[in-house]
Amino acid sequence: MKIRRILPIVRKEFLQIWRDKRSFTVLLLFPGILIFVIGYALNFDVKHISMAVFDRDKSSTSRGFIRNFSNTEYFDINYVVNDYSSIDELLNRGDARVALIIPEDFSGAILAGKETSVQVLVDGSNANTATTAIAYIQVIIQTYSTNLVMNVLKRAGREFYMPIDLRPKIWYNPELSTAKFLIPGLIGFILMISAVISTSLSVVREKERGTMEQMMVSSLTTLEIIIGKTVSYLIIALAASAFVLIVGFLAFDIAIRGSILWLYVGIMIFLIGGLGQGLLISTITNTQQVAFLVSVFSSLLPTFLLSGFVFPIRSMPLFLQVLTNITPAKFFLVVVRSEILKGTGPSAYWDQLIYMAIFSAIMIGFSAVRLLKKAK
Amino acid sequence: MRQIYHIIIKEFLHLRRDRKMLAISILAPVIQLILLGYAATTDVKDIPMLVLDQDKSSVSREFINLFVNSGYFVLTQQVNSPDKIDQYIEDGEVWIALVIPSDFSANMLAGRQTIVQLIADGSDANSANIGIGYASQIIATYSRSLMRTIETQTRGRLTFAHVNPEVRVWYNPELKSRNFMVPGVLALVLMIITMTLTSLGIVKEKEIGTLEQLMVTPIKSYQLIIGKLLPFVIIAAVDILLVITVAYWWFGIPLRGSFFLLLGLSGLFVLTTLGLGLFVSTVSKTQQQAMMTAQFFFFMPFIFFSGFTFPIENMPQVIQYITYAIPLRYYIVIVRGLFLKGVGIAELWTQAAALLAFGVVILTLSVLRFKKKLS
Repeated sequence: MKIRRILPIVRKEFLQIWRDKRSFTVLLLFPGILIFVIGYALNFDVKHISMAVFDRDKSSTSRGFIRNFSNTEYFDINYVVNDYSSIDELLNRGDARVALIIPEDFSGAILAGKETSVQVLVDGSNANTATTAIAYIQVIIQTYSTNLVMNVLKRAGREFYMPIDLRPKIWYNPELSTAKFLIPGLIGFILMISAVISTSLSVVREKERGTMEQMMVSSLTTLEIIIGKTVSYLIIALAASAFVLIVGFLAFDIAIRGSILWLYVGIMIFLIGGLGQGLLISTITNTQQVAFLVSVFSSLLPTFLLSGFVFPIRSMPLFLQVLTNITPAKFFLVVVRSEILKGTGPSAYWDQLIYMAIFSAIMIGFSAVRLLKKAK
Repeated sequence: MRQIYHIIIKEFLHLRRDRKMLAISILAPVIQLILLGYAATTDVKDIPMLVLDQDKSSVSREFINLFVNSGYFVLTQQVNSPDKIDQYIEDGEVWIALVIPSDFSANMLAGRQTIVQLIADGSDANSANIGIGYASQIIATYSRSLMRTIETQTRGRLTFAHVNPEVRVWYNPELKSRNFMVPGVLALVLMIITMTLTSLGIVKEKEIGTLEQLMVTPIKSYQLIIGKLLPFVIIAAVDILLVITVAYWWFGIPLRGSFFLLLGLSGLFVLTTLGLGLFVSTVSKTQQQAMMTAQFFFFMPFIFFSGFTFPIENMPQVIQYITYAIPLRYYIVIVRGLFLKGVGIAELWTQAAALLAFGVVILTLSVLRFKKKLS
């Protein structure tokens, strides 16, 4: 094995990628586009919930009550209606997500110091948004009630405070930005695309065209060919991940809080596993179409669905929670989130590194065995 | 007519011989729907919580119990000193830490305000947001109950007005995210399978060279297109029935609207996906190119901008306008409306009209392009 002989293979590989414009776009531009889209357009924030109000009281008290909703950034009062059927229609059409109905005797009850109820209808179809909206509503209304009590007590000459002042402190991602939450997962996703899919496709393509055989009969050893091919995609994957980190830093202010060194240790271990997986797929498939499908189903989909990238693992049914352990991206995500968002050292995730290393060793081992068998 | 018939027979023969393809077109949607249906939940429950109780009184324990009994939080750790909190949150073992000060019970009894600290791990922004929401709700209720005690103490002299929120959740009263996700996944799976099959089926003949052979026969190009597309329409119809059945029987997602309306509007959507499949086949030389094009230029943007997981209302205004150009957007509103809300054509006609317009325009343009490429 000589470096001098591996280099031309690496060069050849880069030339091929450069010439195939569509693959080039997908490999290098796609990560950049994806990160911008995710950073700017996609978020789970629950703000500006469209609200309809049916004020049957129409008093200054009820208007004051409604103002407690419109003064927040959480609710936008887009519709003021005068009957129940309009509320039905607005909710059915999805134009309003929340409807507030104030009873006729609202101001009367408040002034008389009696208890009253307001009705809140919530479109529950998006459970996520609805849960957060309900929490906001409860807090707004409870605060209103507490203020009423305090006013009465003050007039009676007694002091009263909100008994508990909750001070939430959010660590690592204080503005709760979705981009910060998604970008670590995105790195894993992009690494999987360039490692598993590109590696398997590039090897199988040479098989399909018969150029693999040509290389085999050259003086190059199998090991040299394989190293040459994997090194190319290793470089691309590392470049893509660096690209994502730089864009994340410049555009979305996502700084690496931990050490870049340890982050790249994690990335390398993960990548080696991915390259091994790509090689393994290339040894068991003969056409690019099948290689592509197998890669997507064994790497891309689990990385997207089961790693905790978007969907929290804790909320999945138990059998799926167990199944999540087959995807190394799950462990990779812990490492990346720790290093980028939390700034904790390897003591927080050494076990995850070991899982990843085991996975990588198995993948490299299997593909090496298959390759050597084929070479004979 | 007879010529079209022959092409259809030919297509079905291909399908029957290519068992793998047939299996993919029938089994893949079902498996995808089941897997995604289970995995794609954004529910946040059983949030692992740490408690640092510096007061250790019956009052503080009662307060902690409110969190445990709410069902949202699971008390997994109890520590005695603040410096241990960091460790647990850093390791990701707990997502939320509740810190009760040592003067908690004293303040409560004296009617003074107490500061309670809540530390949340924001790295999962969505879960943190919901967790804090639950916590503020619990504390608001607790404050209310304390006020009631004052009320009873001063009964007769002071009366307090109070507003009770009477929250009613429509359409999805248990707030299960699966009820929201599965109809969306159904739309997604239908799109992926019909588009992939159409584009691959046509590009395959291009690759093998049999498309050229067909063109030199006396068959007219419109007959060829109809003959080639009809089998995919039939497969799409089977797939529609299959995914609706799985959503309804397997996941128990109630279908509150009309079944036939769902079928009809799904048909409208398939016009678009067949058209796009045909279009992809005209810009691709190999099956791999076709898959890449479909994946990166259609599936990904469609998934992101259709409101499937990320609510459109939360996107910047400019992007919101762009989403109107995504046909999947309308179909997802239709599917969710029919499954969850039980609405009818009166509420859905704008979406249906948009789908029809997209379908006709895209299909016509693709057919024209395909014809041009043929000749």
